[in-house]
Amino acid sequence: MSTPALTAPKQPLFSRLPVISHLKKSVGLQRGMLVVGVVLSGLFILTSIFAPLLAPYGYSQLSDASGSFPTQQAPSSEHLLGTTVGGYDVLSRVIWGSQTAVTVIIVSVAMSLFLGVALGLLSGYFGGWLDRILVVVADAIYAFPTLLLAIVISIVISRGQSSFWGGIFSCAFSITVVFVPQYFRVIRAETIRLKAEPFVESAKVLGASSMRIIGRHIFKNATRTLPLMFTLNASEAILTLAGLGFLGFGIEPTSAAEWGFDLNKALADTSSGIWWTGVFPGIAIVLTVLGLTLVGESINDLNDPRIRGRKRAGRTPAPGTPAAPTTPSTPAEAGKP
Amino acid sequence: MTTLIEVPEAEPGIVAPKSKSKAGGGLGRYIVIRFFLIIPTVFILVTLVFFLMRVIGDPITASQGGRLPPDVLAQRIHDAGYDRPVLVQYFEYLGQLITGNFGTTITDRRPVVEVLTTFGAATLELSINALIVALAVGIPFGLIAAQHRDKTPDALLRFFAILCYATPVFFSGLLLKLTFSVWLGWFPVAGRASTRTELTMSGLAAPSGIYWLDAIRSGNFTALGDIAAHAVLPAIALGLLTAGVFLRLVRTNVIGTLGKDYIEAGRSRGVSEYRLVTKHAYKPALIPIITVMGLQIALMLGGAILTETTFEWKGLGYQLVQYLNARDFVAVQGIVVLLAIIVAVTNFIVDIIAALIDPRVRY
Repeated sequence: MSTPALTAPKQPLFSRLPVISHLKKSVGLQRGMLVVGVVLSGLFILTSIFAPLLAPYGYSQLSDASGSFPTQQAPSSEHLLGTTVGGYDVLSRVIWGSQTAVTVIIVSVAMSLFLGVALGLLSGYFGGWLDRILVVVADAIYAFPTLLLAIVISIVISRGQSSFWGGIFSCAFSITVVFVPQYFRVIRAETIRLKAEPFVESAKVLGASSMRIIGRHIFKNATRTLPLMFTLNASEAILTLAGLGFLGFGIEPTSAAEWGFDLNKALADTSSGIWWTGVFPGIAIVLTVLGLTLVGESINDLNDPRIRGRKRAGRTPAPGTPAAPTTPSTPAEAGKP
Repeated sequence: MTTLIEVPEAEPGIVAPKSKSKAGGGLGRYIVIRFFLIIPTVFILVTLVFFLMRVIGDPITASQGGRLPPDVLAQRIHDAGYDRPVLVQYFEYLGQLITGNFGTTITDRRPVVEVLTTFGAATLELSINALIVALAVGIPFGLIAAQHRDKTPDALLRFFAILCYATPVFFSGLLLKLTFSVWLGWFPVAGRASTRTELTMSGLAAPSGIYWLDAIRSGNFTALGDIAAHAVLPAIALGLLTAGVFLRLVRTNVIGTLGKDYIEAGRSRGVSEYRLVTKHAYKPALIPIITVMGLQIALMLGGAILTETTFEWKGLGYQLVQYLNARDFVAVQGIVVLLAIIVAVTNFIVDIIAALIDPRVRY
């Protein structure tokens, strides 16, 4: 990935974008997984954008022109996926739920990216006592059950009140606290590795300031793994959001639709055989997480030459792929950490 | 992230090149150093949780505010010492923790330690059951996937692993309940045991709190059957979450070892592929499982909170949610601190086991 690509002629920006470049180098099963993942994630994002057009009713709508919605009604032509115990339309809440999920993902991942990358770069580059303290704190948080930490933080932030943005931010911030150590660890490790590279030393010799070295030389190289972390963290963010909602620390049903909350309410329905209130929001979570995970997984596999499947010998390698050995190389480094 | 990829690790802080030359002395030293690393971890988490909880205000106002008249409230706050500076309270709390005093819950006025011992056993039981399911599903399937690398079984099993990860415990729990208890009627809907069995169990002399252990000890096999029936669905729901991780791990590692020279040597002597996988390749591939299990404990405890709520399994997680809803933050703080200690200690034990098995991890 690193050295040969530097000497190869530059591809247009489009084909160097994370997912697209991966799509080009994938073959067979891996390409299938990546495509499925991209399609599912795309559907998720499109649904969230067009939720107001797609959803037949509002997320907190309890009645329309023909009167109040029936409660716990089985799927019918009026309510395609039925209604909940509170009289909400299940389909509408599933569709609106994607909007909540996307918002939380964007806010939480943006915050944790910013904090994690900044702390990781500083800590890795400067070292010293700041580094030691940050590493110990990050390790302590990293080992702790993420959901538990998210619960504690969300009650501290929201204190029971949960308007739309209040709820979104308390969820997003809880998720951020959980993620920052992960970004921090990865970026710090990369920074330490890069600090010893000759190009950093030559920049130092030329008299570049620390900020310039970090911002210009290390930042670009250390953030290669971020697309992968982004997709995997996005799926974890959804699971954490749903977990918080399920335990009742999420967003009120009148402020936004949230899948975890709906599943919580659906739990009581199951014993009387009412399945539609729980199954559909659940499927929405599974498909979304599945899509994002498949994308992340495929990127991970394609970045790892030991796992990556190769194109067969005789076929010309796709442009942009560094000349890959045509036979699966023996993983000589497998034992090394 | 803990679940899916191995993030590149930083150089470990304690690199002691000297201990490498000593054959026997390294392990003892490693254990001691590793043991003392528990202390900062727990200390940081206790500090974090304490101050986070105090940001909300004092615990008595949080749980009783609005219910008691202001003067009674102020009196109780004063009696409990919550009107003193936060730092004084913090150091007092640390002192109490060292002597094993976790405080008294506000809502039902029980010592937190008692709550922990009563409900801890249930969570332990659930985790053990789930771990059994996870290992029983993850390891064989991982071997199969590795053996048929990039063929149909591998594709299906890898998809299954991702599906395990993508399905939240409470959704798989809900589906299991719906299918096997409501529609098929095979298993009970919720709880750890039926009311009669629970009464029998609590009547036992010196119960361990782990029901199946108690049932076997007292020779009560009808109770054991009842307990087993209740345990199946929660164990599957929580176990599958971890099974996916184990499956992937076994697969990746077996594929890694299958490319090693000694396997190649075996293959060239005509050892069958099946025997290569089951006899030669899988043992070294299990070492990373032990290491990852430490991280899985944290994931599992998080999952246990959700599973217990789904199945009304009266363990620590279920109780934690009850206390959270009652805004009893003394109890919450106690449970969270205890879980932090459990995670730190299990990670320590796991690291020691890994060091015993694989001498390379001793620094």
